[in-house]
Amino acid sequence: MFTEINTVTLDEPAADRPAVKPWRARKRIRGKPVNGTEDRCETKTEWVSHVRRIRDAQDQAAFAELFQHFAPRIKAFLIKSGSDATLAEECAQEVMATLWHKAHLFDPARATVATWVFTIARNKRIDVLRKQRRPEPEELGWGPEAEPDQDDVIALQQESAQLRDALTALPEAQRELIEKAYFGDLSHREIASETGLPLGTIKSRIRLALDRLRHSMN
Amino acid sequence: MSETIKHHLTDDLLMAYAAGALPEAFDLMVATHLSLCDHCRARAESFDAVGGCVLQDQDDGAAVSDNSLAATMALIAKGAPTTQPARPKCSVLPTPLQDYVGGDVNAIRWRSIGMGVKQAILPTTREATARLLFIPAGAAVPDHSHNGIELTMVLQGAFSDEVDHFARGDVEIADESLHHTPTADISEDCICLAVTDAPLKFSKLMPRLFQPFLRI
Repeated sequence: MFTEINTVTLDEPAADRPAVKPWRARKRIRGKPVNGTEDRCETKTEWVSHVRRIRDAQDQAAFAELFQHFAPRIKAFLIKSGSDATLAEECAQEVMATLWHKAHLFDPARATVATWVFTIARNKRIDVLRKQRRPEPEELGWGPEAEPDQDDVIALQQESAQLRDALTALPEAQRELIEKAYFGDLSHREIASETGLPLGTIKSRIRLALDRLRHSMN
Repeated sequence: MSETIKHHLTDDLLMAYAAGALPEAFDLMVATHLSLCDHCRARAESFDAVGGCVLQDQDDGAAVSDNSLAATMALIAKGAPTTQPARPKCSVLPTPLQDYVGGDVNAIRWRSIGMGVKQAILPTTREATARLLFIPAGAAVPDHSHNGIELTMVLQGAFSDEVDHFARGDVEIADESLHHTPTADISEDCICLAVTDAPLKFSKLMPRLFQPFLRI
């Protein structure tokens, strides 16, 4: 099911090809395109409910959909970070397994599923490719009795979609530099402090979520 | 959670932390500061969000093999890897530091470096050095400058130097241009986490002679 992409061969007449690659375009949930660029907010909130279904009901169907979407992206990310394809696939599987085991730690008022998956993949890269420990800040959790407010979740997911649009709109050279940094191609001294990234609103949103979390912990 | 922190981490450090581009000692500094500072934690997580966008935009993907999902389900069936139970919150050392020390402040294995000042070097990769510094109340660390970048964060007590006054959670960022004599407040012994990507150089003769032996 994950090799559908290979069915589009190069000698196929261009007119017969769908505008978007089939393994992305065919994916639909509740009638909404899941991977389309026009529906990003819905996209990400859908993934949030997938993670909740894994957390609450060990839902394998939800996991399979997340896997189909994220595993090829994690693999591509790791290959661009300098891994060979075999190791990248192994790591992608481990990252997805971590997503399953840590579903209860995901906080959708502070991150999208893509952001959360990125952090797991990044830590895997540091561990496996750089053979280095990754110190992480003290964990903060909502605990079983409290959950983030749905409005906060939606707002964060929307801010993230806007951030993604803003990144897409950056001049090519600047965007490439940012990608290079996240693929681990730049040293910390090469990462400039003036990134020009529009992070003001999403930062305020996350800060608000942290404040509420602290409040709920006390 | 202290709202009184006034010296924060820079955007380039936070972005490098999110991108996974820092030496381990610097990661430890950032993780320790973020444990005490929600202002910087929110900034760091917004840089994580950029990473999320970069991941999401790997639209072309790299096709995974046919049995990849099945292999992952088998991995999941083995159960979650055993992780250390979360360390309890301690009064002085945030949890990322406790992992390196093996406990709170009482577990630190200090070595004296003279004039009452003590240090404990933490086990990180060699690209950069992380150490804890103990400066007795009212004492000064010898006048020194820096070869590379040095970050110093207060964990207990406070110190002052030519730049400003630094209390728990505050980070002083020093580079080649800073020449300073940090002095601990008289009220309490000062404990700091210091990381540097180059050896310190001391201006006075004695400390400089000792430097190779002391790894400071």
